[in-house]
Amino acid sequence: MPSTNLISALTRLFPAQRLLQQSAQLAPYESDALTAFHARPAAVVLVETQQEVIETVKLCHQYNVPFVARGSGTSLSGGSLPIKEGIMIALNRLNRILRLDPAERIAVVEPGVVNLDVSRAAAPYDLYYAPDPSSQLICTIGGNVAFNSGGAHCLKYGMTANHVLGMKVVLPDGEVVQLGGESLEQVGPDLAGFFVGSEGLFGVALEITLRLLPKPAMYRTVLAAYRSLEAAGEAVSQVVAAGLLTGAMEIMDNLAIQAAEAAVGAGYPKDAAGLLIVELEGEPVQVEAEFAHLLQVIEITNPYEVRVAQDEADRMRIWKGRKSAFSAVGRLSPDYIVQDGVVPRSKLGQALAKINQLSATYGIRVANVFHAGDGNLHPLILYNGREAGALERAEALAGEIIHMCIDLGGSITGEHGVGMEKLQYMASMFNATDLQTMTNLRRAIDPLELANRGKKLPDGEAPALHLHGPHPLEKLGLISRE
Amino acid sequence: MASLQTFAAKTITDVQSFVQNNSQILPSAGASKPALTTTADNPAHLELGELSGILEYEPAEYTFTALAGTPITEVAAALAGNGQYLPFDPPLAQHGATLGGTVAAGLSGSGRYRYGGVRDFLIGVRFIDGQGQLVRGGGKVVKNAAGFDLPKLMVGSLGRLGILVELSFKVFPRPQSYATLTVPYPTVEAALGGLQKATTARLDIEALDLVVERPDGQHTVPTLWVRMGGLESVQEQRIAQLRQILGAGEMMEGFVENATWQAACEFSWAPDQWALVKVATTPRHIQGLEQILSTTKALRRYAVGGQLTWIAWPGEVADLHKHLTALNLSGLVIRGATNQARIGVQTGQVFAQRIKQALDPVGKFLAL
Ligand SMILES: Cc1cc2nc3c(=O)[nH]c(=O)nc-3n(C[C@H](O)[C@H](O)[C@H](O)COP(=O)(O)OP(=O)(O)OC[C@H]3O[C@@H](n4cnc5c(N)ncnc54)[C@H](O)[C@@H]3O)c2cc1C
Repeated sequence: MPSTNLISALTRLFPAQRLLQQSAQLAPYESDALTAFHARPAAVVLVETQQEVIETVKLCHQYNVPFVARGSGTSLSGGSLPIKEGIMIALNRLNRILRLDPAERIAVVEPGVVNLDVSRAAAPYDLYYAPDPSSQLICTIGGNVAFNSGGAHCLKYGMTANHVLGMKVVLPDGEVVQLGGESLEQVGPDLAGFFVGSEGLFGVALEITLRLLPKPAMYRTVLAAYRSLEAAGEAVSQVVAAGLLTGAMEIMDNLAIQAAEAAVGAGYPKDAAGLLIVELEGEPVQVEAEFAHLLQVIEITNPYEVRVAQDEADRMRIWKGRKSAFSAVGRLSPDYIVQDGVVPRSKLGQALAKINQLSATYGIRVANVFHAGDGNLHPLILYNGREAGALERAEALAGEIIHMCIDLGGSITGEHGVGMEKLQYMASMFNATDLQTMTNLRRAIDPLELANRGKKLPDGEAPALHLHGPHPLEKLGLISRE
Repeated sequence: MASLQTFAAKTITDVQSFVQNNSQILPSAGASKPALTTTADNPAHLELGELSGILEYEPAEYTFTALAGTPITEVAAALAGNGQYLPFDPPLAQHGATLGGTVAAGLSGSGRYRYGGVRDFLIGVRFIDGQGQLVRGGGKVVKNAAGFDLPKLMVGSLGRLGILVELSFKVFPRPQSYATLTVPYPTVEAALGGLQKATTARLDIEALDLVVERPDGQHTVPTLWVRMGGLESVQEQRIAQLRQILGAGEMMEGFVENATWQAACEFSWAPDQWALVKVATTPRHIQGLEQILSTTKALRRYAVGGQLTWIAWPGEVADLHKHLTALNLSGLVIRGATNQARIGVQTGQVFAQRIKQALDPVGKFLAL
């Protein structure tokens, strides 16, 4: 067992209270927000400095032991699931905002900084960090970088990748490199952009330079309630086709509305089959003029009720309901799968009708709450894990939804990543050459496949949770020796 | 075919077999950025101008897919027909720039200020790797987290990681109208103060350039150009607000306004015989650059709120390389006498070389 030697080396690096090895200490790290899966790492290190990350990665490389970086563990695709007998590098305490330069409009942060804390720190300067995943109260910038996370307000200014200017990273063999810089522009391949979304396979981001934006001077938010979910989907296509560049455009179905109402009392129309939330942001004169246009477009889509947010408190209530929807749905059912797929925006109505139909066929409740403006679906599939075969049926339904996304010309994931959960669908989206190229890239960067082994790339080793036979490295060693 | 020194590919398969049959390949298309296709080596030239055409364009979807050799002008015309545009403002369109060349060079224009650069709008690529294989990355929908972000990797790759053959972009609705406020300042320092006010104001500015002409030229005054795009009915009000923040300025509208920005995008201010160099900067670099450049004849334009510096350089490129290196800046020569397009400092080389090894193991394309 190579990790015994590694553990003794780590003992010299970390005080006992930051090197977790006892079952009780490891338990909180055994899964991420994809709670159906568990695996126990050999140890968890609670790093406090960048140097500790570098030393840990070097040791893992030296002893041939895989490692997983972890932010807050809110990954919904199993991205931060530990590798059995591997090392977990917990980054929550590596959470300093190193520099916030309002004149240059940048923030340089360590990876454990919580997403919302960046905007909080920038607020006194009327600046903010745009990507706003619903988990922004807890998820970290490191996790956001790994998944290119998005949020409700990513329609205009894009997802994480569009806001990361540069990064200092430690590659899986311990080498430290600077990617990108502080400028919006760069010369040569966009290496920082390429690192974003690599799901921890290219190493650990140690320091991230983020772009900040001036806070929009005004928001205007409207709710439109529809008698069918498809109608809400069609409305999105109408708003997009009208040439309105909205800041956010979200949909919730009745189940999600009920759950959000019960949880936070957002004031949504409770009987709506589909609820559309549209928000415009920017300079007041421009926003007011566009808002008048937006209301006209919405009128044509035949909602049975339209509500305009009256003030900031009203607006915050609307967003609180939306952002708490995932956890609120959790109250409806002991277990649920959060699915993440993308369809072309003009096919939203069609996709939602199909999901409804699948839900009926399987006899499984599906709640829908998603980023409609960019066609990013999040069906929440409700099941009871204690019922025999229920998880499997829920997964089968999730699989059908994903195949529908591919058939409609979309993607198997918009923002939650492939992780472990979507491995089986990669081959439906990419051909053998595409996948082999990605594997080649991964191996060129990490020949031993130490960083987050078993995730993202389908031909990687089987995930550690059912690792029985020979150790993957033995197998890999054989391959590379041939 | 292997014996030909220049070959014009008409199909993707043509590109594949050319890569397989030649030992060193240099792709080109519109020839609008000649410094990027000049090298001391003697590679076989692959012409991609005929690999052209829009393959899919779904106006309601705000996305399109086209072959890499498609001219920017053709794309812009098709989009304009539906009130849409490429918000990153690709430069040199009138000089024949193509989609593939724009991505490979990683070039965006002044309009990238508002919504982002070419890296932010490219959503899918197909390219031929160093083994002649057709590889796809990304997709055709505006949001997609499956696989590594190969589209980003290809931005700025200069044809040295693969030959782009097909590209998918997202696009945006084009603002109904534009207006520009031009604000002259007595010194660059004063202009930088104005620039800072504009970048941090809660305004939706479309483009923000600081234009510094040569000291002995006609326009001796550093001038801020601030462009606003949006609904025509509110433009005057918005410009008035902007003028209040900046304290002065002339409003420019209509045909003249449009032509002025278009000329900037074509670098009509830069003498043809001089080198034209892109430098990645931030506003705080400008003083340092000015200290050097103001003592030379170089013309300069600090575009995109000071994030994208363009220098027209009359002297030896090697000298500019030294200056940029001293300032810890990276540059890209797009026109001018050099066979080393990348000048100044280079970061991330360790990472880049590993990527190069994976995509081009036998070195069919130029060294990164
Ligand atoms: C209720 C809820 C709502 C959510 N809403 C959204 C949403 O709106 N949009 C969205 O995109 N996602 C959403 N998510 C998913 C999740 O929050 C994001 O994926 C988030 O970015 C994960 O951050 P984390 O800090 O929890 O990362 P973790 O789960 O700890 O890690 C995620 C991945 O990042 C890697 N990683 C972590 N730190 C680093 C680093 N420094 N360097 C390299 N790799 C690293 C890990 O190895 C892992 O693969 C939601 C999740 C929940 C539970």
